[in-house]
Amino acid sequence: MTIHDATGVASIGWLMIGLPALGAALLLLGGKKLDKAGPYVAVLLSWASFVIGLLILLQLRGKPADDRAMHLHLYSWIPAGQLNLSAGMLMDQLSLTFVMLITFVGSLILVYSLGYMQHDPDKRRFFAYLNLFVASMLLLVLADSYVLLFVGWEGVGLASYLLIGFWNWNPEYATAANKAFFLNRIGDMGMLLAMFIMFWAWHTVSFSGVNAAVAGTGKGTLLAVGLCLLVAACGKSAQFPLQSWLGDAMAGPTPVSALIHAATMVTAGVYLIVRSHVIFTASENARLAVCIVGAITLAGGAIIGCAKDDLKKALAASTMSQIGYMVLAAGLGPVGYAFAIFHLVTHGFFKAGMFLGAGSVMHGMNDQVNMRRFGGLWLVMKITWVTFGLGFLAIIGFPGFSGFWSKDKIIEAAFEGTGWKPWVFGLTALLAAGITAFYMSRLFFMTFMGKRRWTEDVHPHESPLTMTIPMMVLAIGSAFLGLILGPTGIITDWLEPVVGKHEDSQHVLGGAPLMGSTFVLMVIGIALAWKMYWRDPVPITPPVGSPLTQAARRDLGQDDFNESFVRRPGLHLTRSLVFFDNKVVDGVGNGSAAGIGGSSARLKKMQNGYVRTYSLTMLLGVVVILGAWWVVQ
Amino acid sequence: MTSAFTQAHITYAAVVPMLVVFGAALVGVLVEAFLPRSRRYWAQLAITLVGIVASFLTLVLSARNHKGVTAGAAVVIDGPALMLQGTVLVISFLAVLLMAERFDLSAPDAFTQSGASVPGSPMETNAVKLGATTTEVFPLVLFSIGGMMLFVSAGDLLVMFIALEVLSLPLYILTGLARRRRLLSQEASLKYFLLGAFSSAFFLFGSALVYGATGIIKFGDLASSIGTVTGKDDILIPGAFLIAVGLLFKVGAVPFHTWTPDVYQGAPTPVSGFMSTTVKVAAFGAMLRMFYVALDGLAWNWQPVLAVVAVLTMAVGAIFAVTQTDMKRLLAYSSISHAGFLLVGVVALNKTGLSGTMFYLVAYSFTTLAAFGMIPLVRSAGSEATHLSQWAGLGKTSPVLAAVFSFLLLGFAGIPLTSGFTAKFALFSGAVGHGATWLVVVAMLMSAITAFVYVRVIVLMYFSEPNGDTHVLMPSALTGIAVTVGALATLILGVAPAPLLNLAQHSALFIR
Repeated sequence: MTIHDATGVASIGWLMIGLPALGAALLLLGGKKLDKAGPYVAVLLSWASFVIGLLILLQLRGKPADDRAMHLHLYSWIPAGQLNLSAGMLMDQLSLTFVMLITFVGSLILVYSLGYMQHDPDKRRFFAYLNLFVASMLLLVLADSYVLLFVGWEGVGLASYLLIGFWNWNPEYATAANKAFFLNRIGDMGMLLAMFIMFWAWHTVSFSGVNAAVAGTGKGTLLAVGLCLLVAACGKSAQFPLQSWLGDAMAGPTPVSALIHAATMVTAGVYLIVRSHVIFTASENARLAVCIVGAITLAGGAIIGCAKDDLKKALAASTMSQIGYMVLAAGLGPVGYAFAIFHLVTHGFFKAGMFLGAGSVMHGMNDQVNMRRFGGLWLVMKITWVTFGLGFLAIIGFPGFSGFWSKDKIIEAAFEGTGWKPWVFGLTALLAAGITAFYMSRLFFMTFMGKRRWTEDVHPHESPLTMTIPMMVLAIGSAFLGLILGPTGIITDWLEPVVGKHEDSQHVLGGAPLMGSTFVLMVIGIALAWKMYWRDPVPITPPVGSPLTQAARRDLGQDDFNESFVRRPGLHLTRSLVFFDNKVVDGVGNGSAAGIGGSSARLKKMQNGYVRTYSLTMLLGVVVILGAWWVVQ
Repeated sequence: MTSAFTQAHITYAAVVPMLVVFGAALVGVLVEAFLPRSRRYWAQLAITLVGIVASFLTLVLSARNHKGVTAGAAVVIDGPALMLQGTVLVISFLAVLLMAERFDLSAPDAFTQSGASVPGSPMETNAVKLGATTTEVFPLVLFSIGGMMLFVSAGDLLVMFIALEVLSLPLYILTGLARRRRLLSQEASLKYFLLGAFSSAFFLFGSALVYGATGIIKFGDLASSIGTVTGKDDILIPGAFLIAVGLLFKVGAVPFHTWTPDVYQGAPTPVSGFMSTTVKVAAFGAMLRMFYVALDGLAWNWQPVLAVVAVLTMAVGAIFAVTQTDMKRLLAYSSISHAGFLLVGVVALNKTGLSGTMFYLVAYSFTTLAAFGMIPLVRSAGSEATHLSQWAGLGKTSPVLAAVFSFLLLGFAGIPLTSGFTAKFALFSGAVGHGATWLVVVAMLMSAITAFVYVRVIVLMYFSEPNGDTHVLMPSALTGIAVTVGALATLILGVAPAPLLNLAQHSALFIR
């Protein structure tokens, strides 16, 4: 595939990023004058991005398949000596697919927010952050180098952080924002290390440069880069072992959950892996690591999803699990790249749709999220019920709906190959599909079906049109998008020049038997959920449950693990190290320079305010340096 | 060694920037002696700023075109020397603006009106009543600046030692001149002086050992003859290490960092800002020259030592920063961890490492100075509110201050589109693959921890309830300019770092 310089509409491609960025700046700096008009400006600018993206897409479609990549040079960013970094945009099939998803779903969610945030005093700030997010996300997918991608990467992180903590009067939300930031920083570290290794090994960090340089590189280097990229992807896409922030991130406003924590940002990790497909294709071990992470997350997410009573947290667990599918597909190599992206797109539609539906339910139910106090809502919220139902059918892979076309392809691909791997990954994906059907049916039945278990003060009602129209559009996508793109081969043909062609090979299980077993497992899942959560009454106080349920309620112990093995020891270590620094030296400030009172001898007096201790530390340093040299001699 | 005395030739065009600064300082001393008290502030401020600007102009117009070894190889004006001298001048200009801030008082707010008096004594009260001013700070700062400029361009061991003392002595005095919490300030001053003297002794002893082993004090000659000296490693290498200790003390590297938090906390805040930026620039400049030129031949010996020191510095800076409750101490530990990052560039020992280190110094200095410039604005009961809890909720009560400070913190954390990111990228990509790859991995880990520290402050400002008795002062144009320039530089060096990176790249060549 050759990359051409951008011509025509593509040469103003930077406007796609620039317009929402401008919107964010306008709204943030505009002050109170823009309180009324601002949100509409934000929505318009986001749609404008979509239109430009669409025009570029049409322009690309008019060209032969192998000439569909265009590069737009923006400016020389860090052009010094060896580090010759320029900022530019790469517009190819893969990035344009993402542009379409981000701008279309994003703009719909902005429209929805007009209704959802109508009475919020701070909605100007909210829309500014959303525009900032859209701009950063577009920068992420349109960047032509890892470094520029990283700018977008941090930008979406920042926007997500700001939006999770948007209702910042609630300290719990602030903690969630904090956690999301910290776990993401671990991912970012992976990203930075990957870039440094690339720079060291290949003296370049642009996609085209890296892709060209991979051939002939040692396995070890490729594995190192691959693993670092995987860590980055895990942080951003809430994959094992960095997944625990996603559930807490649901503290943010629901449109944010739909846009950032379901449809777009959390899929950035999948984009990163597919964008680096040359590296992963060349390193089998790195791919294996990706598959393992994907498999663990898709199973873990599904199990957690079965135990959550909080509507949004159950959806978050499902997001984790579905992204696990995408990561697994990406890890399978050339057989899976296109399907990972395909599932990502359909998932963007149905999951965003369901989150908006959840927002609509919360809107009508005084912002409650406990599904044990829902039930029977289908009668009072017909539109929400139908649109949510279509998303539900899509995610469980009901034949004909979007998820059926994309997810079954991943399961099928997982069974391809020889040895133990297809059995392990294939069966995990297959069984998790059954569990998916169970927990999504549980969620759907508990919310919309069965008996009413409402608290006394709620008067559920349907949401206004600004909210329901986006839900309807997304529901249509949930129903038909898979059918349009999948069996027709549109998506695979479209992506083939970027991710490479895959030759069919051996399946350990495939064709009709596989489809049959997927279907049967799905039916079993639905039936179980029907028995437990529709036919039988749902208790308002959650039953104790099996140990597995209890573990799943606690996110399978991820938080406990973080708490007891990372955070607490870290805190204790730092606290005891700096005990004196805080307690003692701060106390000296009021004039009693004499020193410490009531010192505790068991603690190290590293920073106690005494000159003699300080000089002793220095002397020790000198002695150690000279001593070490002497020993080495 | 010849016994006849020959007068060294001095290229005045190359050293004129230093002469201008020292000249301005001397004029300042005269002003202090002869001008009436009421007019000193404006006169001193004008002389200082004009002196710095004039020095910078001569640097650009004259010294830049006269690179070379001069004054009998005692002074070397080369790319790194010019670049770092320029940096010291620009940052000092901003720091002087901060020091001159008066907040509607009759004297600069940060400084006591009677430095020699016992705190709380009648003498102090009397000085305040008489409207005394401590305008001596301006000539002191100029002397210190001159010392720093000489420090980065010193061509032999003795001149480097003299420059070290010239830059340090005024700082000891400046540290003790805080207007409020004077005991803490004087204690810090004494500590800094004692420990500084201690470290100077190491430096001097190391120089003596190196001279003893080689009979040479000039860096250029040292570089060429160190490889030829045999059998004297037992004197030479300890000498090199002791010199390193003296320099590591100045940059605040572990385990020679202990003075940093106490001194930064006790010193008047603008002085802390001045010390944490310009001194670091000067000391790293001297260190680069020492290790890249004079001790180049001993790289096998000092690289592992510096690498260990770098790891310790990054780790201690990051870990101790986590639980700080005082804003100035937090910034002190942050500056320690940044010193650790900078040491990675020194260990790399190549051209990219050199230019990366210089770029990092510039980027770091602007951000740090702006951060220190904002601390005096936050007040509680008439004095600076440096306790972290007093910064809670500033996002609501003074959104502009909180936003700018948050941006600076993101710069420290190295988030893209701030200078912190480009600087780290330039520095670490130079170090990767030159035997320092593992150091870069450690640096990344530590920068994740420090990022947590900075974010904690942002969270505090935006997500906590405001503290009742904290208020924010409206600064005059002086602070306004300094902070704005610092914050803008943080942004510009993140978005369009090309010109400065190119400059650093072109300057990254030592003349031996």
